[in-house]
Amino acid sequence: MSRLFTKDTQAIFWNNNRSAIQRMLDYDYTIERKLPSIAAIVAPTSAAKFDKFFFGNAEIMIPLYRSTAEAAEAFPGADVLLNFGSFRTAYDVVMEAIELDGQFKTIMVTAEGIPERRARIMNQAARDKGVTVIGPATVGAIAPGAFKIANIGGTIENIINSKLNRCGSCGLVTRSGGLFNEMSNIISLNADGIAEGVAIGGDRFVGSVFIDNLLRMESNPDVKYMILLGEVGGTEEYKVIEAVKSGKIKKPIIAWCIGTIAKHFESGVQFGHAGASANANRETAEAKNIAMAEAGFFVPDSFNDIPATIHKVYEDLLAKGVIKEIEEPSVREISKIRKARNFICTISDDRGEEATYCGIPISKVATPDSGYTLGDVMSILWFKKRYPRWAVDFIETVLKTVADHGPAVSGAHNAKVTARAGKDVVSSLIAGLLTIGPRFGGAIDNAAKYFKYGFDNNLSPKEFLKYMKDQGIPIPGIGHRIKSVRNPDLRISSLKKFVSENFPSSPILQYALEVEKETTSKKDNLILNVDGTIGVLMVDMWRELGYDDAEIGTFIEAGALNAFFILGRCIGFIGHILDEKRLNMPMYRHPWDDILYDVEQLEY
Amino acid sequence: MAQRAIREYDGKAIFSKHWEKYFSGFQYGFKSVLVSSGDELRKKANEHGFEWLKQETLVAKPDMLFGKRGKNGLVLFKDKKPGDVSLEVAASWIDEQISHPTTLLSGQHGTLSHFIIEPFTPHSEEQEYYISATTVGEDDVLYMSTEGGMEVEDGWEEKVTEVVIPINMQDANIDHLVRANAPVDLPADKKEAFISFAIDFFRFYRDLNFAYLEINPLVMLENNEMAILDLVARLDDTAGYLMLEDWGKIEYPTAFGMEDQSSEEKAISDADAKSGASLKLTILNPMGRIWTMVAGGGASVVYADTIADLSGNVSELANYGEYSGGPTTDETKFYADTIFDLMTRFKDPKGRDKILIIGGAIANFTDVAKTFTGIIQSLEEYAEKFKEIGVKIYVRRGGPNYKKGLKDIKEAADRLGLYMEVYGPETHVTDIVRMSLAKEEK
Repeated sequence: MSRLFTKDTQAIFWNNNRSAIQRMLDYDYTIERKLPSIAAIVAPTSAAKFDKFFFGNAEIMIPLYRSTAEAAEAFPGADVLLNFGSFRTAYDVVMEAIELDGQFKTIMVTAEGIPERRARIMNQAARDKGVTVIGPATVGAIAPGAFKIANIGGTIENIINSKLNRCGSCGLVTRSGGLFNEMSNIISLNADGIAEGVAIGGDRFVGSVFIDNLLRMESNPDVKYMILLGEVGGTEEYKVIEAVKSGKIKKPIIAWCIGTIAKHFESGVQFGHAGASANANRETAEAKNIAMAEAGFFVPDSFNDIPATIHKVYEDLLAKGVIKEIEEPSVREISKIRKARNFICTISDDRGEEATYCGIPISKVATPDSGYTLGDVMSILWFKKRYPRWAVDFIETVLKTVADHGPAVSGAHNAKVTARAGKDVVSSLIAGLLTIGPRFGGAIDNAAKYFKYGFDNNLSPKEFLKYMKDQGIPIPGIGHRIKSVRNPDLRISSLKKFVSENFPSSPILQYALEVEKETTSKKDNLILNVDGTIGVLMVDMWRELGYDDAEIGTFIEAGALNAFFILGRCIGFIGHILDEKRLNMPMYRHPWDDILYDVEQLEY
Repeated sequence: MAQRAIREYDGKAIFSKHWEKYFSGFQYGFKSVLVSSGDELRKKANEHGFEWLKQETLVAKPDMLFGKRGKNGLVLFKDKKPGDVSLEVAASWIDEQISHPTTLLSGQHGTLSHFIIEPFTPHSEEQEYYISATTVGEDDVLYMSTEGGMEVEDGWEEKVTEVVIPINMQDANIDHLVRANAPVDLPADKKEAFISFAIDFFRFYRDLNFAYLEINPLVMLENNEMAILDLVARLDDTAGYLMLEDWGKIEYPTAFGMEDQSSEEKAISDADAKSGASLKLTILNPMGRIWTMVAGGGASVVYADTIADLSGNVSELANYGEYSGGPTTDETKFYADTIFDLMTRFKDPKGRDKILIIGGAIANFTDVAKTFTGIIQSLEEYAEKFKEIGVKIYVRRGGPNYKKGLKDIKEAADRLGLYMEVYGPETHVTDIVRMSLAKEEK
């Protein structure tokens, strides 16, 4: 891995830190990335399925997941984890992510103050699995022109000023995050910007140290020279000296350790980070600066002279032809005023010449010669796909089957009573629709849910009956008032016939029929009824169309099954309402003799 | 913060609390008390459970993080002859010690205030051992020696056995490793017990999140009784939230002689504790000429570095500190008030102008104009004092909204009649230090 990130790198962001994520997306837009650099967000306590962000002036939706594992499963190509968990949770997040074998190449940890022993365990576990940990206690890393982590580089304005929008020729490694921007700025003013930059983090134990990053940069062809900004404390700089001495690193290194002030004070003053405290002379900034200069690094006389040193090294490499002049790319600007939308629509659009259903103009679906039927339009507007013929035919079959069931059922009755009270079509229809629920028309949902459960868990019909008995509810979709094995429901017979001729397979219907054998052996009328048949067949259809269980679960939760019944039954209700209007029947009053009056007599 | 030293008494209390779990094969009495005066010790002796203070002879010594107490003559173990210190002798000795300042051989200077008192443990030199553990690089290291006491530090290389234990090593392998690397000169009758104790000690050190733990000397008495005669311990305080129960109530004292924080430093540290932002202030020399008000931890270090390097005289630097992490306007004003007040208390003895560096790197997300508002409010209050004492101000900052911030502060200085030079990201972060000193030379 010679480059830390490329323009195709995508990350999973742990914790929905909206402002940091937005800054990444603004960067993506500015450098004209095709894909957003965030594939998904892990938000363990959020119930939402996505969050909205700007990509340029447009809004995009980024999916939310409850766990890293789920996000990783959905985005196997996202090989960077940006861990914005707190110092309490960051360790667990890293350990879980490392266990997802092969998923993450790089994990960035922003939390400061993770217990040292935990930091060491997590850093070692990552090393053992070949995962690069950046941090803890870091603002991250950047590969200019390709990928930027969270807030590193600051505002877009500063990013462009510091030429962090495109690849330069310096490899920059700092401990401090606060000085990272400063160094990028200095490098852009005195040279041609950076090719890759990492702030390794300020805690005592960080995952990737100077040497890890510099060795990678040594093999990165974009990097022509390196800058190391170290700190008082620790001995990591000596590993770099060893690598230079042994020839593992050949590119020029400009180096400086901050904290030379510490030599003036005996003890008690902590200059800088937790990791910044010299336990021995060789850990002082001064000793390290001297050792690096002796090893042939370019070491300025003081921090204030760093710009001149950079300029000199750069000009030298330019003169030698190692570095070429860079032509500045154009920069895509983001307008200052962006408005977040309150509503989102993913199915139709009325803004163009002609309104469209999922991009298809209405005129292309409306007439018979278009080849689109009502079921096609339903599948497009309800499920954002055009279903194959057999599935469309099934949807229409369902609608026709449930369209009406006579005037006596409660919904139709309510619609009729309302119409007779002089109300208009829409009021009467609503009166009828409002009765649809758990007792009227609701069996489809539950039949789908429970038969799917039994089938998926390999419950034998007997086990399924026991399971339902334990649930304490009658089996939804089983039983009919009149129809029985000997007096079969012909609607079901024709549905079954249609399915056997058209469905590629119907395992859950077959399972439900096995269950029916069991129930009808107890009582003749405990047949799989129309609701049950439709419910299980919907699941069979969706499985056949390639939806996964989570998606089917979402359909059931959203009430899509019930929606077929509602839509179909509207046809019947409207029929009954029009019937009433035609007949002009008077206001309905229920007869006294049909009501049992048993009124409590209170004192007054 | 990170690794912080704790008192010997607190360290022993943690041992005692977990003794059964980690050292079940050994005995430990935990007869220790921590007092601040002779009277407190006398009172303690009347409490139930502390009868031993009257019944046994005692040892008393300061418990204030510094070592070499023996060499400093601060271990009371004899009145007329070793091991004859009574309660009353210990109590009067403590009262005497707290009545005057003490200067240690190291030069640390202060007044003693905390003492640990324990029973005198008669033993022979052969019974003394050394054991400690700490982190070196990425590994833990266990140090063991059959020689305890002060002598172990002379000839460390020959006397001490080191066992390097990688962070991810399994318990069984650790046992094996310690056993295989135990000191070769362990006496046969103590060998098994010492190794077993060393393994227990390492687990205890590791599980309780110590950063450093040393017993010297460890005295192995008869019947597997252990006496911890001296203990040095540092905790990793970032693990504090995990260890609330296990550590109990822990105090992190400041180093001896360093306790006297000025009221200004204390006020800033109190404000820091209450704020989500970071406010730090250390006064290095109240008479110093160059004062800094720097945003950001890294930047505050490089400003201090550069002032020391370029002024050629570190005593010119009056203070060190930082404000960062998005402080509110009020917090920034309070921080500026504190520094401006300190800076205007004394005139420069040589009559030169003072230099105020309002510095900072390019911020990642802090709104510069907003934080400058607090500084401007403070400048308005201190403008007259600034003029009285003579102050040249140099400003350098970048980041979100920096242009407005720089414009606002420059306008304020002009309006108030203060000398100020203002620079943005086009100027190197510490170059205002060079400019301010160059101006001086002319």
